[in-house]
Amino acid sequence: MSGTLRDRILGPRVTPIMARTHSLRFGTPGILLLVARVLLLVSLFLPYWHMELQAPQYPDGLHMTAYLNSLSGDVAEIDGLNHYIGMRSLYEAAQFERTVGVFVMIAFVVMLELAAYIHTRWAVLLVAPVVFFPIVFLIDLQLWMRHFGLNLDPDAPLSSAVKPFVPTALGKGGIGQFVTIATPGIGLYLACGASLVLIAALFFHRRAYLPLVRAQAASGGA
Amino acid sequence: MLSTSRSRYRAGLVSMFCVAGLCCSGVLAQTMRDVEAVARERGLSTADLMAAAKTFVPSGEKDEYIMFASSGHAGHVFAIGLPSMRLLRSIAVFTPESWQGWGFGVGDDILAEGFPAGKPNLWGDTHHPALSETNGDYDGEWLFINDKVNGRVGVIDLRDWETKQILKNPLTLSNHGGTFVTPNTEYIIEGGHFALPWGIEHVPIDRYKEEYKGSVTLWKFDRRRGRIDKDQSFAIELPPYWQDLSDAGKGVSDGYFFMNSLNTELATGGTLEGKPPIEAGASRNATDFLHIINWKKAEEVYKAGKVKVIEGFPVITLETAVAENLLHITPEPRSPHGVDVAPKGDFIVVSGKLDPHVTIYSFEKIKRAIDNKTFSGADAFGVPILDFDSVVEARIEVGLGPLHTQFGPDGYAYTSLYLDSAVARWTLGGSYATGRREPSWTLVHKTPVQYNVGHIAVAEGDTVNPDGKYLVSLNKWSVDRFLPTGPLLPQNLQLIDISGSGTNMPVIYDMPMGVGEPHYAQIIKADKLKSWTVYPQVGWDPHTQNIHPMAPKRGNERIQRNDDGTVDVYMTVIRSHFKPDHITVKQGDRVRWHMTNLERAVDATHGFGVPMFNITASLEPGEYVMVEFTADTPGTFPFYCTEFCSALHLEMMGYLFVEPK
Repeated sequence: MSGTLRDRILGPRVTPIMARTHSLRFGTPGILLLVARVLLLVSLFLPYWHMELQAPQYPDGLHMTAYLNSLSGDVAEIDGLNHYIGMRSLYEAAQFERTVGVFVMIAFVVMLELAAYIHTRWAVLLVAPVVFFPIVFLIDLQLWMRHFGLNLDPDAPLSSAVKPFVPTALGKGGIGQFVTIATPGIGLYLACGASLVLIAALFFHRRAYLPLVRAQAASGGA
Repeated sequence: MLSTSRSRYRAGLVSMFCVAGLCCSGVLAQTMRDVEAVARERGLSTADLMAAAKTFVPSGEKDEYIMFASSGHAGHVFAIGLPSMRLLRSIAVFTPESWQGWGFGVGDDILAEGFPAGKPNLWGDTHHPALSETNGDYDGEWLFINDKVNGRVGVIDLRDWETKQILKNPLTLSNHGGTFVTPNTEYIIEGGHFALPWGIEHVPIDRYKEEYKGSVTLWKFDRRRGRIDKDQSFAIELPPYWQDLSDAGKGVSDGYFFMNSLNTELATGGTLEGKPPIEAGASRNATDFLHIINWKKAEEVYKAGKVKVIEGFPVITLETAVAENLLHITPEPRSPHGVDVAPKGDFIVVSGKLDPHVTIYSFEKIKRAIDNKTFSGADAFGVPILDFDSVVEARIEVGLGPLHTQFGPDGYAYTSLYLDSAVARWTLGGSYATGRREPSWTLVHKTPVQYNVGHIAVAEGDTVNPDGKYLVSLNKWSVDRFLPTGPLLPQNLQLIDISGSGTNMPVIYDMPMGVGEPHYAQIIKADKLKSWTVYPQVGWDPHTQNIHPMAPKRGNERIQRNDDGTVDVYMTVIRSHFKPDHITVKQGDRVRWHMTNLERAVDATHGFGVPMFNITASLEPGEYVMVEFTADTPGTFPFYCTEFCSALHLEMMGYLFVEPK
């Protein structure tokens, strides 16, 4: 192996002639990485998670929407009701995550940008965190639900009637006269879409550059 | 073989229908046959079922119209849904009302604004609600209401349905002739009733002609502030007749208003001295006078400063009004009740209680008579009298005791007949005559009502665009219509379907009104109202329609003792607790109790009741309320939420401790 560490990470370069003659082969990974970046950027402005609470006295239901950096909807009303069972204010949940959410997303976009210039397997290191992001989001959500549901204030008005429980992060649940319906938001779907696009990007990345990497290795370096 | 297959076919068809029926109507397969069975059992006719079908509004469905009705000497305004005739709510105005907390810590300042000569008068006699108008059509923003007994006008904001202002007329008491608005709510017209000396000073009755005055007041409405601007308002002095109901011109007659009068005989009674009672003296002449007032001209005269300041209020004197050509009168059938302007403003309909006709005046003819000075003389006060024959368009015999007229969209007019206990439908002429079978100016039909109808209200029936459809007959007597309720009987508000033509106008609902005596009502299309469901923001002061700087906020609750011996309590209210819930003050402290309802959910209203100190408040979601009182009685007082707000409502309380001196 020869060349600088930088060359070894960036991998073989594609000459303009090769790029022109094999535009599909070398263009596809970059385009897919661009698509993923766009999807993630758009998802920043879209809801990641919805919770609807249905009860007889709320004919329109109560709705809460989580964005990467904020909560909206009937949060105050849900908080008001939650005080009866001693659940902490939803605003206290995932404060760190909501604070850093936008920066993480920007970091992801930069990482994907960089990944487009790296033609070796090191690109996987930059892409993988983004691929796993939706799963990490859901695990984090579930952990917060668990934490909130299991740590109820024992001095709350209804603490003798309602035992600690784990609210459902996705799907149908229930507490008291409320039916809760938690669904992923369009932002989360976009992030999942980005993950799929990224897996495809990695596949085409390998197909495009692995032969070059092998050829370079075989020739003992440029 | 054939017959068998056919019967099988039939059986199959029937079972298919049954299955379809079951599917369509859910669990209970009800058919019209079941409806008939119930009708038979309850003795209901087809007409009854039809009436029920026209008026029944299923749970969750909404009414099409809202009727704002006065409540007479109950002093409130009622809102009633049509066609269901369900009472939606009352709005407290002149009379304290403990459910709304009106006058028990909340609204006290507004009530006090209207106290005559500063004297607490805690009831009102509401008669004629007036919805604000834009281009002669209801705009659903404001509602005005008179108080006949003390000569006051109330202003209600239809965003939160609360009274915002009560204004006392500085010149007089009694204002049966109000309230009516000009087509763009430039002015709220407050007509008078009983002639009185200016400023209600003591003047012996033998100086009636010289010192008793009639008047009409034009209150300028400042729509941006949502208040009457007293500084831009003025009155016009009128002869000491009893000016009564009025209606603003519109369309061709915009700029004018028309006002009835009674007792042009100047009867003053004196029954103990053997003189005829007023009812006889005031009905002696065959005619009284319809007042025709050019308010745009009056506005110019007022703005030019040609006024006399009486009781601190600008008045265009009778002399000036005549000299400026802004006041004319013309004979009208005696003791009239209603004067009502047709949708295009071209005809003015007057009914005299003691004359079986409605008399229709043409505005065009009135205008011509004014321009040509076609006078038949002047009255005792120098007011020019327009020649009756040259201004009348038509007279129609409709029945006994005609009172008030409303209009439909199809060239029909409707007049209440008090003595006949009926509502008459008759036809307008002129440009209203097109596309109708009946000839113009003709009585078409009379629908009996039960009993003694006063006002009637047609859906948007006094605007430039009447809707027709529904007419409500506001009957004074119900006699045998409802179960006995002791000697005091409810009023009977009857809904009449006027969507048909000719003789088709049946009564379809009887609504007992057992909490007041509505006089006039106006019916507005419900979707014109833009009501708030909760106050826009937490800490909202309904008086200023803005956030109040003193409104307690979550986390900032406290009890603050001031150097001047007063105490400010800052309390938040939310299901199901008050914070703070222990309030300790010293005997004799002046306490200002600030409260914010933190709720944002629709209908999450809390009440606030304190025993011993006569305090009750209604805190609607987001509302800020301040009650002030002197803690003059030592002791321990549980205060609590008076609305059943939540499952833990009974637990929602706190203690007020007043430490003895």
